[in-house]
Formats: sequence, structure tokens, C-alpha cells
Amino acid sequence: MSEWWTYSLADFLMFSPRTYWRLFELYNRDIWPAQLPALAAGAALPLLARRRGAAAQRFLALLLAAAWAWPAWGFLFARYDTINWAGRYFALGFAVEALLIAVLGAAAGRLRIGPFDGAAGRTGLALFLAALLFYPLLAGISGRVWAGAEIFGLAPDPTAIGTLGLLLAARGHSARVLSVIPLVWCLVTGAALWTMNAWQTLLPLAAVLLIVVLPAARHCYKKNITM
Amino acid sequence: MSVVSRRAALRTLAAGGVAAAWPMAALAAPLARPIPSTGEMIPAIGLGSWITFNVGDDPPARAACAEVMRAFFAGGGRMIDSSPMYGSSQSVIGEGLARIGRAGDVFATDKVWVSGAGRGPAQIERSRELWGVDRFDLMQVHNLLSWEGHLATLFEMKAAGRLRHVGITTSEGRRHDEIERVMRSHPIDFVQITYNVLDREVERRILPLAQERGIAVIVNRPFREGALLREIGARALPAFAAEIGAASWAQFVLKFILAHPAVTCAIPATTRVDHVRENLAAAAGPLPSAALRRRMADHVQAL
Ligand SMILES: NC(=O)c1ccc[n+]([C@@H]2O[C@H](COP(=O)([O-])OP(=O)(O)OC[C@H]3O[C@@H](n4cnc5c(N)ncnc54)[C@H](OP(=O)(O)O)[C@@H]3O)[C@@H](O)[C@H]2O)c1
Repeated sequence: MSEWWTYSLADFLMFSPRTYWRLFELYNRDIWPAQLPALAAGAALPLLARRRGAAAQRFLALLLAAAWAWPAWGFLFARYDTINWAGRYFALGFAVEALLIAVLGAAAGRLRIGPFDGAAGRTGLALFLAALLFYPLLAGISGRVWAGAEIFGLAPDPTAIGTLGLLLAARGHSARVLSVIPLVWCLVTGAALWTMNAWQTLLPLAAVLLIVVLPAARHCYKKNITM
Repeated sequence: MSVVSRRAALRTLAAGGVAAAWPMAALAAPLARPIPSTGEMIPAIGLGSWITFNVGDDPPARAACAEVMRAFFAGGGRMIDSSPMYGSSQSVIGEGLARIGRAGDVFATDKVWVSGAGRGPAQIERSRELWGVDRFDLMQVHNLLSWEGHLATLFEMKAAGRLRHVGITTSEGRRHDEIERVMRSHPIDFVQITYNVLDREVERRILPLAQERGIAVIVNRPFREGALLREIGARALPAFAAEIGAASWAQFVLKFILAHPAVTCAIPATTRVDHVRENLAAAAGPLPSAALRRRMADHVQAL
């Protein structure tokens, strides 16, 4: 686009907030009662992370991969794509993340989430729990219908935010690789929510800040004590 | 209508409560203007579909869009504008036209928006299927994307009788130099640009050029996607608005646009039946003189 500087964020928003929120309402109605196993599987993730042994971590990764695969197909491709032609590309991004988690975590066993100690571990757990338990309440709290709840493993935003929380409490190269797509998504959805004047844009943006700032802070701290 | 109820109606109007203020019976036929290249008359208020008709697979929302279209045709409207860029809008229009039985009355106006001229024909055909019309009345190259190749396709289609008019579009003042070049070098029937009381760049060169070359002008973003009305909507209308029969800011803005002699039609988008009626009604009464138009622009500028 040669004249890209003349565009603002709002020029890219091609649907009304009403249409966007209504998607979640219709989605939830169609997939009910999938919300219940989704929440249960979400709650199982930090519990699995606490268990010793590689098998629990591999199972965790498998569940997490499924939590990315479902919104890729069920929400982004099948629904969001009807109001945003970029939906299919976002779906592809989510599918790639699902695959990466399955390969690196479940197959290769190179993802180790937890323990939830230290500043990063505790913040990560808090971020994950916010995505799992608080995010579904946002629709109702913001004055929309409660049936428009966005749920971890079903809707993209809480899935990306919760995953960043888990990855904050993980170590190693794999965790950094796996953070890229959730980070990008948080920026994309943060921008869309921003142009829709939705205050919940603060959540994905806070997740981005945490995942970028905390490891950097930890790095500096370590450097200071070894000096 | 009794004097009392008329007064009450005027009060609701004045209060901005226009919901019930545009009963169908009160609508005179909207002004129609000729398309310079063919002389065919076209109503001066059309209907846009960016955002407003992109409601996805939501059945009640799709039905609401059909009601907006029903009111649009009932009020004398004909041109509906869309693009493959607008998400589900094309399919919402097609379904709505079928539902209200107006596929034969619409002045079907769409765009080709794909890079690479080779991909144009397939996209146009897909759009036509979504609309459920035999052929388009107007096909425009959206934002000049790959315009050389697409224009060649469109002129070919027109020559073969598979398309009635050819146009190009831009918005918000983008690429006006190129638009001008195309207007000078190609026998296009329509040009679509942004024009309203605040965005008046086109007055300098494009509108005069359109008049000179006999190109019809479609005005998009008359309300700056609604932002203009949200900004000035709370202020009182100036007293001189009554002189031209503008009962709301929306009508004030539309009358300003339509009074420019180069303008063929404006295409405000809306999700609301009362708004579509209000917009059509703007083209039914008197229009401001050149002097009054200056006053209108100055007034809004000063707000
Ligand atoms: N490059 C291009 O080719 C290009 C670019 C931009 C636009 N366009 C075309 O031009 C059309 C019009 O532009 P636009 O949709 O961007 O913006 P617009 O028509 O200036 O504004 C649409 C907004 O105005 C509000 N509105 C309409 N009538 C109203 C009334 N009587 N009172 C109060 N509010 C009213 C609508 O809200 P409600 O739903 O509440 O009525 C809607 O949100 C587009 O839909 C599209 O078809 C083409």
C-alpha cells in the first residue's frame, strides 16, 4: 500500500462492535455445552504443571495444543472469517501455534511449564488464571450479554493471554518460540479492541507488556547479583 | 395531521428524536440526476454497505439489513454500493434483495478489489452470484488497485453487454493525481470519491474535471463513517437550515453535497430504517444555493 501513512487503525476495522460481540453470543449458543469441558481442561493445565514427570508435561502440551486448534477452526475460520477476510489467516496462525505446541511439547517433550515460583512464575500463573476465570465475565461486566462470554480454549483472546501466562512460567528456548504467535495475536486483537473503544484492550496489551518486561527484568536482576 | 400533532412531530424533530419522524407517506420522490454518459436517471441518494451490512451469519441482523433495503426502495432509492472487501456485505445484499423481491430494481454497484488483473473476472463473477443479479449496473476498480488491467476487463465486459457502466473509486483524498489521470485518459462513466462539508479537496480539481468530461460522481463517506454526525450532532442546527428544509444534521450535510452541480449521488450507509428514510428525504426538498453552501461549510468549520 503506497499511501499507508494516510490510514488509521479505524480504517481497518470492517465490522461494528455490535457485530463482533454478537459472534461470541451465537458461537456459545451453537457449541453449548462445550464450554464446560473447555473450562475443566483449562483448570487442569496448572495442576498438570505441578506434577512431577515428563508425562504430565506432555499431556499438558496436548491439551494446550487443542486449546489453540479449536478457536482456529471453530471460531476464527468458521465464524470470524465471515466478517473479516483476514480471519482465515489468523486461523492459520492459531493452527500453526497448535502444531508447534504439539510438536515441541507433546512429541519432543521440550516444553517445561512451572513451577509457579519467583516473580515470573507467580505473575504467569496470575495471568493464566485471569484469562481462565476473569475473562469469561468481561462480557457481562461490560454490559453485554453474559452469553457472549469469551472462554479459554474456545475464544482466541483468553487463549492467547492464558498461554502467555503459562509460557511466562516456563523456561528455555521452546517457550520463547511459542510466545511469538500469542504475542502477535495480543497486539492484533488489542488494536481491534482499541478502535472499538473496548476497555478490555488493556488485558491483551498488559499480557504483551508482562511477557516482554518480566524476562528482561529477570535477566537484569541475575546480571546484578552475579556481578 | 392536526396542528397539535404536527407541532408535536416538529418537537420530536427538533429534539433529534427522528425515529418516527419520517413516515413513508411524507416522502416525496427523491431527486434524480442523469448519468452523463448515458442520460439514464439515477436517484441522488444511494446506499453504502461498508461495516453496516457486514453482519456475518447472524439471521436477525441479516433480516434487519433487508428491512433497511426495503425502506430504501420504498422511498425511491436504487443504487446500492458494495465491494468484495466488505466481508459478508455482498451476500447480505443478495439475500436481502431476494427476500424483498427487488433484485430487478436495484442499480447494482460493486467493485473489483484484487491485485492482478487476471484474478478480476473470477472475483466479479463470484460477486455477481452473491448479489443474485444478471449483471452489474456499475463495476468500479476499488481504490485503483491494479487499475490498468481491471479497467481493460471492465471495458471489455461493457462492450460485450455484460456490464452497464465502468468506474473507479478512492476515498479520503487518496491518490487524487492518479484519479485525475484516469479520468482524463479513459472513458469511464463514474468516479467515486469522498466529499462532505469538511472534506472538500475534490472541489479544486476532481469535481470540475468530472463536469468537463461528463463523468458521473458518487460521493462516499458523506458522514465520515458517522464520526461527523457524532461530532456536530449535539449542537443546534443553524436557523438557516430551515430555508433548505434540512431537519437534521444528516440532511444538512447531504444537501450540501447534493447541491454541488458535479455530484450525481451520495451513498450514505446505515443500519437503521429511520435513517435511510431521513437520508432519502434530504434529496426531496430544496437544495442550497452556492452562497448558502459557503455559509454551511463555514458554519460547520467553526463548530
Ligand atoms: N474507497 C471506496 O471505494 C470507499 C471508501 C469508503 C466508503 N465507500 C462506500 O461509501 C459508503 C458510505 O461511506 P461510509 O459507510 O464509510 O460512511 P458514511 O455513509 O459517511 O457513514 C455511515 C455511518 O453514518 C451513520 N448514519 C447514516 N445515516 C444517518 C443519519 N441519518 N443520522 C445519523 N447517523 C447516520 C450510520 O450509522 P447508523 O447505522 O446508526 O445509521 C453509519 O455508522 C460505504 O458504505 C461504501 O459503500 C467506498
